[in-house]
Amino acid sequence: MNLKSQPTDGKFGIFGGKYVPETLMPVVDELEEKYNEIKENEEFNKKLSKLLQDYAGRSTPIYFAENLSKKYGGKIYFKREDLLHGGAHKINNSIGQALLAKSMGKKRIIAETGAGQHGVATAMACALLDLKCEIYMGSNDVERQSPNVFRMKLLGAEVHSVKSGSQTLKDAINEAIRDWVTNVESTYYLIGSVVGPHPYPMIVRDFQSVIGREIKEQFPKITSQQIPDVIIACVGGGSNAIGTFYPFLDDECKLVGVEAGGLGIDKGKHSSTLSAGSEGVLHGARSYLLQDKDGQIQETHSISAGLDYPGVGPEHSFLKSQDRVEYVSINDEEAVNAFVEMSKLEGIIPALETSHAIAEAIKRAQELGDKKSIVVTLSGRGDKDTPIIAKHLGNNL
Amino acid sequence: MRISEKFKEGKEQKRSLLIGFITAGDPSIEVTPKLAKALVEGGVDIIELGIPFSDPIADGPTIQSSSMRSLSNGTTTKDILDMSKKIVEELDVPVVLLTYYNTIMKMGIEEFLHEAEKAGISGIVSPDLPPEEGEEYVKLAKSKSINTIFLASPSTSDIRLDNIIDSTSGFLYMVSLFGVTGTRDLFTDYSSQAIKRIVERVNGRVPVAVGFGISKPEHVRNFTKLGVDGIIVGSAFIKIIENNLDNSDLMLEKLNKLAKELSHAANN
Ligand SMILES: Cc1ncc(COP(=O)(O)O)c(C=O)c1O
Repeated sequence: MNLKSQPTDGKFGIFGGKYVPETLMPVVDELEEKYNEIKENEEFNKKLSKLLQDYAGRSTPIYFAENLSKKYGGKIYFKREDLLHGGAHKINNSIGQALLAKSMGKKRIIAETGAGQHGVATAMACALLDLKCEIYMGSNDVERQSPNVFRMKLLGAEVHSVKSGSQTLKDAINEAIRDWVTNVESTYYLIGSVVGPHPYPMIVRDFQSVIGREIKEQFPKITSQQIPDVIIACVGGGSNAIGTFYPFLDDECKLVGVEAGGLGIDKGKHSSTLSAGSEGVLHGARSYLLQDKDGQIQETHSISAGLDYPGVGPEHSFLKSQDRVEYVSINDEEAVNAFVEMSKLEGIIPALETSHAIAEAIKRAQELGDKKSIVVTLSGRGDKDTPIIAKHLGNNL
Repeated sequence: MRISEKFKEGKEQKRSLLIGFITAGDPSIEVTPKLAKALVEGGVDIIELGIPFSDPIADGPTIQSSSMRSLSNGTTTKDILDMSKKIVEELDVPVVLLTYYNTIMKMGIEEFLHEAEKAGISGIVSPDLPPEEGEEYVKLAKSKSINTIFLASPSTSDIRLDNIIDSTSGFLYMVSLFGVTGTRDLFTDYSSQAIKRIVERVNGRVPVAVGFGISKPEHVRNFTKLGVDGIIVGSAFIKIIENNLDNSDLMLEKLNKLAKELSHAANN
């Protein structure tokens, strides 16, 4: 099977699809049609590339982390999405979809956010393109990612704090979908990860694939290899990971997705959907889920709000089923250690989400030894996480 | 009792049917059959039992809270199916299940339908399952004589509607507005226009029942005049449950009273 094939009938193997209320069916059908039209449109692509370059700061560098490599072995490289405007990969998708929404004549944008990075990126894109912007965020996340809430407001977005359920990303998505069903005609739902009904997982993947394409171009120029031995990215919904992996699916390299292990899978407090979940339908798509025996969605836990989600993008479920990507779990403590280590050794404060991928890279570097190259997508910077880290480490900082 | 027989009865009596929705297990799995009985005695023709789901994206705050009350009681799918059987045996009305699709997926389509058949369930509504994703489900349900009730909305085009009708049996669930469940005071002209269009296009191929937001006799009268065959009321009943959690006699009495008022309005 060609792993890189487009989804057929909206599905990646058996995963994906359009499991949405009838009111939204014509909307997602129309979106699919419009997107398939516009993605070949030269003018659209020119506009997008220009904004990605001049506004967002693409291309991002790939950087050899000498100190980390020296200490742990291997040759560790970082794809610096943290240097993008807004501080995370999210802007790649937000600008793309905001342009798409604009071309569809929509004037109001809604989005969900976990860590607040997608909310910030979307608020920026909306300010730039003169679109009204409302963001749904779980009240739990509003509290733990407060710097980003303030940024969104400064950028002109309205932030709705969602108090239902676990008050995290899952509930923010529920509430955004309810808004969408109510305001379908005026509103575009700008989903922030490769989740939701088809065509969203495809659209977001396409906009994020610029990460992998650039790695593919840059890596041979700074090393003696064409393709890295190992590529690692963290997986919440899975957008920075699929954007990183997609251009490499047909190549010979090891791809590793890192989910949040929270307090430990064995303790039942985690967000490791692919490692510990089972198949089901949530938020419009068939994929892996964390659910109980009756299909009730389970509460998740992660120190990083952006990974604290009981579902995962359907394409990741597919790639797991094909054994193309290995999915592993890194717990809170390991992530915090990597966060600190990265800050001290490389002078880069990474997002807590990204710190999961870094922790895995450190583990692998020790196992693989000096000859092997590891590329890690540094999906975001960690300024937003300083309050939570300060609280976590207390006086030990 | 079969859903089609019930609609035939309504047609003969020149009235629209009243379909009453409650969440199974709210306030408790023991009380649910009593609530159903109060509704049926008040004139409800079809009971729609909601299986609570942790993430009900098509529901407003009233049904969300109701689902949470039920889940916090520890209600399971099996409890609900067992209890449904009691309602089916005791009350001579069709019982329909409303369930988000993950509940069906988790149990397995075949197993879920098998258990529903054993409980005497007449039909199933799944608000996040469009016919496009439900081919196997429709086929299996047909073989068990369980009706597959799909939804139409104001945004459904005529062509989509024709495809939906092909997969629909029992009745078509017409969503009256853009939005989630929950009582509304007023309906805009937009709802009436959409209902008229859908009723015309369906043209008797399946009965049409309209739901979402309906809470008052005047809503029922207005929609009945537009030629729909059934009226679905949920949040208005659930608000009564929510407001009388500490007095079950009063809860039953008020449910019965509202059912009477609404079914009276459906009689015009
Ligand atoms: C910096 C960063 N990395 C990763 C993620 C996880 O999202 P995804 O898996 O879609 O890349 C987030 C989400 O908020 C994030 O802010």
